[in-house]
Amino acid sequence: MLVAIAVTLGTAVSTAMIGIATGIGDKISRELRAYGANLVVTPEEDSLDVEIGSVDLKPSRTGAYLDEAALPKIKGIFWSNNIAAFTPMLPVNVEIGGGEITLLGTYFSKTLTYGTKKFVSGARTTFPWWKVQGDWPADESSDVLVGEKLASHLAVGAGSEISFHGQQHRVSGILSTGGAEDNQIVAPLILAQAVAGKPGAARKIFVSAITKPEDAFARRNPYSLSPADRDRWYCSPYPQSIAYQLQEVIPHSRAEPIRQVEQNEGNVLSRIEGLMLLITIAALVTSALAVSAAMATAMFERRTEVGLMKALGAGHFSLSMIFIVESVLLALAGGVVGFASGTLLAHELGRAIFGSSLEVDPVLLPVVLAIAIGVTFGGSAIAIRRAVKYDPVLALRGDA
Amino acid sequence: MKSKRSGGAMYLRMLLRAAMLRKKQAASAFVAVVVAAAAATAMLNIYLDVETKLGKEFRNFGANIVVEAGDGKSFSPETVASIRTTVGARGLAVPFAYTVARTDKDQPIVVAGTDFPLAKKLNPWWSVSAWPQVSGQALVGVRAAAALGNPSAFRVTHDGHPLELRSAGTVETGAGEDSRVYISVEDFRSWTGLEPSVVEIAANGSPEEIDALIQQLQPTLPGAEVRPVRQVTEGEANILGKTRSTLLSSSGFIVLTAALCVLATLMGWVFDRRRDFAIMKALGASDWLIALFVSGEAGVLAMVGAGVGFACGIAIAAWIGRADFHAPIVPRLSILPPVLGGALAITLISTLLPLRLLRRIQPAMILRGE
Repeated sequence: MLVAIAVTLGTAVSTAMIGIATGIGDKISRELRAYGANLVVTPEEDSLDVEIGSVDLKPSRTGAYLDEAALPKIKGIFWSNNIAAFTPMLPVNVEIGGGEITLLGTYFSKTLTYGTKKFVSGARTTFPWWKVQGDWPADESSDVLVGEKLASHLAVGAGSEISFHGQQHRVSGILSTGGAEDNQIVAPLILAQAVAGKPGAARKIFVSAITKPEDAFARRNPYSLSPADRDRWYCSPYPQSIAYQLQEVIPHSRAEPIRQVEQNEGNVLSRIEGLMLLITIAALVTSALAVSAAMATAMFERRTEVGLMKALGAGHFSLSMIFIVESVLLALAGGVVGFASGTLLAHELGRAIFGSSLEVDPVLLPVVLAIAIGVTFGGSAIAIRRAVKYDPVLALRGDA
Repeated sequence: MKSKRSGGAMYLRMLLRAAMLRKKQAASAFVAVVVAAAAATAMLNIYLDVETKLGKEFRNFGANIVVEAGDGKSFSPETVASIRTTVGARGLAVPFAYTVARTDKDQPIVVAGTDFPLAKKLNPWWSVSAWPQVSGQALVGVRAAAALGNPSAFRVTHDGHPLELRSAGTVETGAGEDSRVYISVEDFRSWTGLEPSVVEIAANGSPEEIDALIQQLQPTLPGAEVRPVRQVTEGEANILGKTRSTLLSSSGFIVLTAALCVLATLMGWVFDRRRDFAIMKALGASDWLIALFVSGEAGVLAMVGAGVGFACGIAIAAWIGRADFHAPIVPRLSILPPVLGGALAITLISTLLPLRLLRRIQPAMILRGE
């Protein structure tokens, strides 16, 4: 009975561990989106950025712009399902209280449509560390957010009004990001466009995409690849290939990975994946050894039974067959139950830790069953061999 | 005195003979204990060490604390040195000075001054073709290089003071750095007369330790602002937390499986020896004495098995650390007591439990083979 539980539990743990090892990469890359955008799209023929700290010194009349109308097309690229979020940005300088302040136009959580697909994107999902005291402004309103440092400098709070560009604007909330935005005003994109006098323009698009850690192949120039390799490159979610596809849909743009986020995410991801893989191997070996130890003991206990069968004339072959079939049946039964509970376990673990379930591929069932049979059989094989060799007299007398 | 010693010797002899005579079962019980202890040790060790190991990876994200001098102010070399002393071995403090200069085509361009060897350590993700080695060399952002026309030498002007620079290499990051020109702090100072206004710090440690460092730095820098880079610190805490929970739950399951197998093996072993116990009882041993004998046996098995398992577990953890993090995981002796205690508990439960069941049975029945 205990042996059956051991086989079942061993299979369940192995299945769950395989599920975790194969699914963790995907889960962690989603969690890594907490670092924000890992790709940035800028105009192809842009002049240099002139930014020091939170102040954008670039004259707003110079430089090129991206077309806001092309944004929904991002959801139409090959890897559109890997695009977690994107946010356009348009900085423009305004005068408040005698000082130049950067007003950043962006989406907060704007509903966009591509074909028949509706989706929501904006700063709230792209930059999860942005915190607002008060309310987020609606994307169609003329409400603004004021960075916390600027707010204390200007002595404004959520609900008060500020005026710039000849208009009064309600401050719907105070923004805290721990970055340059703390000294800026963040407003709906449409408002920034009106202030800049550039309808439909954006300076940058930040894209947060779920990518595969880049390797040597990812860094190859797509134009130098053979057609087959190029297809393979195009159809892998490398940051480079997603950047390439973004460039295809946004006219006159240049998309590139943000190395700080992209490179390091790749490192962290491969470390965690590697760790889980090694632990899974360790778990499989542990379960295998432990189950075979339990199996060997269980077999050994039954030597009187063997003795009796032998005394009644059972041959070595039929005797071994009985035990082999028995252990295979045990492995099959334990394996199936274990696989089912292991799948459930992985599912629940994923839900508990990552908020979305970890799936175990049903294709793994035969593999797991084969391993279970191998381990159970391996554990009992020595015991069976010994049992078959017993002198039935000794076994029955209990002296073996 | 003598009888007590011979009693002890007899006890030891019985323990040893019991193991020797049933080598195979003793071996599989031993293997089960070793495997369970090794699994527990390795998993606990990795669990305790993963924060430091992954922390090292997370430090590659660059600064997690930024110190800004504030409007129009800057840090003197002494202040930078004092920040460095405060941070000490806990991390890296790198000064940055910024100004806007003009190129020969009268384009505005940001020129930054920094300490190159430190910046290289702080931001390992910078893709740099060659780092400047000597004074007068500059590291040019790829976009800045393109705007300047990819020159090997160029001139920037600040406040009427021109500075001739030779390009040592380019830097590509996909962010603001691509539009800047980096020169050494010394060149920057002699050219503009300005000092660094920002110090970026990559500090090691847990969120609490980083908060403590911020609290410690703030009072020494009046007027300056010390703030955590939330993008980096929050992301790190999130990923670390989830990785640790995954590790903890998987370790739990693995150790549970191994423990159950110890239970199965040892219970089998004890049941198997019911005849021995019956003989002992028939020879006049009390239940209590038998229990003492069996628990002694279990204790020895647990101690030896857990000891060997601990060594194996340390080796496995070190191997995993080497294979995945390219640095061995530090063995922690503090794991030994819980592993020993756990092994002792599980072996005692799995031997004394079947013994209780056997106690109800008359020795005569067992000896008759019923």
